Amino acid sequence: MTEEPQDEIPGEVTRAVFYERRTYRRRRMVDATRLLPILGVVLFLIPLLWQGEEGARTTDVMIYIFGIWALLAGLSGLVSRDLGRDRSGSDSEAVADVDALETPGGEGR
Amino acid sequence: MTTPNLLVLVCILYVTFLFAVAFAADRAALKGRGTWLRSPLIYTLSLSIYCTAWTFYGAVGYAARSGLEFVTIYLGPTLVMIGWWWTLRKMVRIGRSQRITSIADMISSRYGKSNTLAVFVTLIAVVGTTPYIALQLQSVTLSFAAFSKVDPTLTSVVRLRSTGLYVAIGLAVFTILFGTRNVDANERHHGVVMAIALEAVVKLFALLAVGVFVVWGLGDGISNTLDVIDASKIAEWDVPGGRWAGLTMLSAAAFICLPRIFQVMVVENEDEGHLRTATWAFPVYLMLMSLFVIPIAAVGLKLMPSDANPDLFVLTLPLLAGEDSLAILSFLGGFSSATSMVIVAAIALSTMVSNHIVMPIWLRMRGGTAMVAGDVRDVALLARRLSIAGVVMLGYLYFRLSGAGTALAAIGLVSFVGLSQFLPALMGGLFWRGATRMGALAGLSVGFLLWLYCLFLPSFGPGVLLPVSVIEHGLLGQSWLRPQALFGAQGMDKVVHAVMWSMLLNCAAFLLVSLLTFPKPVERLQGAQFVNVFDHSSRPGSWTGGLAQSEDLLIMTQRIMGATEAQALFSGMARKQGLTGYLPEPSTEFLGVLERELSGSVGAATAHAMISQIVGRATVSVEDLLAVADEAAQIMEYSSRLEAKSAEQARTARQLREANDKLTKLSVQKDSFLSQVSHELRTPMTSIRAFSEILRDAGGLNPEEQQKYSSIIYDESRRLTRLLDDLLDLSVLESGQVTLNMQLGLLSDMLDRAVAATGGTVDGFRIERDLPSEQIVLNTDVDRLSQVFINLIANAHKYCDADQPVLRIEVRSAGDKLEIDFADNGTGIQMADQTVIFEKFARIGVSRAAGAGLGLAICREIMARLGGEISYVPGQSGAAFRVTLPQEMCMAAH
Repeated sequence: MTEEPQDEIPGEVTRAVFYERRTYRRRRMVDATRLLPILGVVLFLIPLLWQGEEGARTTDVMIYIFGIWALLAGLSGLVSRDLGRDRSGSDSEAVADVDALETPGGEGR
Repeated sequence: MTTPNLLVLVCILYVTFLFAVAFAADRAALKGRGTWLRSPLIYTLSLSIYCTAWTFYGAVGYAARSGLEFVTIYLGPTLVMIGWWWTLRKMVRIGRSQRITSIADMISSRYGKSNTLAVFVTLIAVVGTTPYIALQLQSVTLSFAAFSKVDPTLTSVVRLRSTGLYVAIGLAVFTILFGTRNVDANERHHGVVMAIALEAVVKLFALLAVGVFVVWGLGDGISNTLDVIDASKIAEWDVPGGRWAGLTMLSAAAFICLPRIFQVMVVENEDEGHLRTATWAFPVYLMLMSLFVIPIAAVGLKLMPSDANPDLFVLTLPLLAGEDSLAILSFLGGFSSATSMVIVAAIALSTMVSNHIVMPIWLRMRGGTAMVAGDVRDVALLARRLSIAGVVMLGYLYFRLSGAGTALAAIGLVSFVGLSQFLPALMGGLFWRGATRMGALAGLSVGFLLWLYCLFLPSFGPGVLLPVSVIEHGLLGQSWLRPQALFGAQGMDKVVHAVMWSMLLNCAAFLLVSLLTFPKPVERLQGAQFVNVFDHSSRPGSWTGGLAQSEDLLIMTQRIMGATEAQALFSGMARKQGLTGYLPEPSTEFLGVLERELSGSVGAATAHAMISQIVGRATVSVEDLLAVADEAAQIMEYSSRLEAKSAEQARTARQLREANDKLTKLSVQKDSFLSQVSHELRTPMTSIRAFSEILRDAGGLNPEEQQKYSSIIYDESRRLTRLLDDLLDLSVLESGQVTLNMQLGLLSDMLDRAVAATGGTVDGFRIERDLPSEQIVLNTDVDRLSQVFINLIANAHKYCDADQPVLRIEVRSAGDKLEIDFADNGTGIQMADQTVIFEKFARIGVSRAAGAGLGLAICREIMARLGGEISYVPGQSGAAFRVTLPQEMCMAAH
């Protein structure tokens, strides 16, 4: 069965190149989910720049940190709610599509 | 004043309440009523066991000592949580699809269900978690002590010590009652989860209440409290960058690797969708838990005497202000934090210990027949209960032995670093198919040893477990081996130093050994399953079963899962296979399902071992590995196979159409032939009848006329006979009943005869021959072959439409064949007709000449009988036929 001649290059998965609007939005939401922790790392590291001769006060940093914390949780809530709305919809293709994002090329194919 | 006795009463009431909640939740789940038990909120709250007593009391103490640094411990998990798409989602999916029971199970499952690895992970987990359990017991004891100090009518230290024991026993009983209701560790512990969620609410509420009291009650509002912070010794923002980033990273890693977090996040997970809610709700929870830590610390530093333990500010501040009820609430918060951690950690560890250490040892002791002899189910439950008691008691022992507790204060971070050693093996296993078992073992060993040497042993203080000389001058006097300045890395923070070296070398060993070793087939199979978990909804089995083993399997499964469940599973599988009764065929699929079910009870490695004891070795074949090679690839292959098939069908359809065309054409020709035959028969018959009537009826015919009429009758009957002869001849030839009369004859003689028989070169018809080449003696049926020649020459005679018709006869030998070509200079035969000319009744186009269309058909049959063939040679100047004879018929010319 594997000796069947194949015209296509093995491992090349035929997938649509462009998506309809909803699928496109969903993919960007997934991108946002992925980027969010990176944004978080950068924002949480920024207070380190404030140290020095005229160092910042703990209260300032505390307000900053908790502000960012709330911001990140809020953003995460927005993004995940967006993903969830698509997921809970009747559109089962959407679920498969979101799952498929996990392996864009896949080294093991 | 609150007496310790009142405190004990409150504690007992609270615990009773927890018991009731857990019991009610279990009952509700059993009756299927508890849909709210499965809400994402409960899931999020259960994750809060990350916040232990170390958070509740220790965070304030930490903040009082190092300012904002404490917050890193909560920033790490926040980042992991909002980055759920990267790792947590995959872990939860794998945990559900592979029925993972613990973090040790997950790592061992990924690396070919290796029990060695599972044991190793379990040991690290126990070593890393036991001090943490001790820390919880200590915090409960200390909080009791805090009340005692305020109340002078006090109990002795001995009694305080024994509170630790009572708490430990109580927790063990609770955990055993609600944590081991089912042998299937994969089944949700609704009662426990519910109790933990409740405790999460209590501890958050308590901490917030204390915070609100401190800010608005003691500190006179927000701005005043901020002033207090600015005036305190932690006003300066001076956390070292290395510690800030390093501890954030460490807590993120620990959040993924802690066995108790793994337990609630992956094992107890009901629905992957819950993770989506937790992704924002859990960071909010952590933020709220940390919100008032700095204010409490600052106000505590200002108001409390300088020798007060900052770890207990949460408790002592309300007591100082005389707010006893708030103090009791705060005490309950701390108590909740401690107990929930101990409960979940005990469940997680006991699952690991019983599945990966106790059960394998027991199975080995019972030998090969263990499956059908003992009651594995009871043993598994007993093992888990004993393990719970053992783990909790180990924590208590550690607490008693470590004494005063100065060493314990730092144990939180130490424990984090130890458990974080799972990270490379875990993440590598999830994302890299090249990660091998040996690599995981090497990485874990290196990381674990470095953690022991650089952080764990020195954490007890110089000279306690590590001699002072080793700490100051290095192992064996080698200064580059100093545990807190490894490879000359001096001046670093101790924890950051240990994290850096252990993780760095752990990763290096893991990667290097993985690159150098070759994984076993099971490892590769599992690796593909894990890394591509989103591509595979199910996994291909890897068992090849014999026939007589289903009953043994059923007996074994009953021992583990209980009779009803096992029989339901087996009869369900049997029905799926189209069988009746309880014994399905031990097919690969069935064994795969069974193994997964069993692994929910006893862990993947043990389930694998137990089935292989009955069925024989699990064989992972190349086919299995190929089968894993991606569903997409399979679909591709399938579609290309479909394509090939449809191409083949198109080809067949084309052939069928051709055949049909040919048949239709022949059918038309047959019809026309029949009418032709009738006509041919009828014409001579008519004249025979007419002339014989004349001869009979008309008198007075002169002899001349008589002669003429009778010869007409004679000729016509001959024509009739010839036609009938032809038909008969063909049918004899076709049926294969012909007998050949083999004799020697000269080819040129035969051609001479044929030319003569067809009337020779009359009417300007010319025949070109090359006589020398015809001097070949053939051993053949001379008459039949001549008949072929006659037919071909007669055809040329009849059909050649050239003005000066010429027939060329060429003889040549080609290889082992003798070829005789008959080519005329007419217009030849059209392409469309070439295919049918050799068929019976075939007559080309409008019949221009007499003939029944049998000549060439007879020729073909004759040649087939003679072992040769006759074919039409297209592309000549006219019609060209080639008669091919096998060379062995030829003899040298005389």
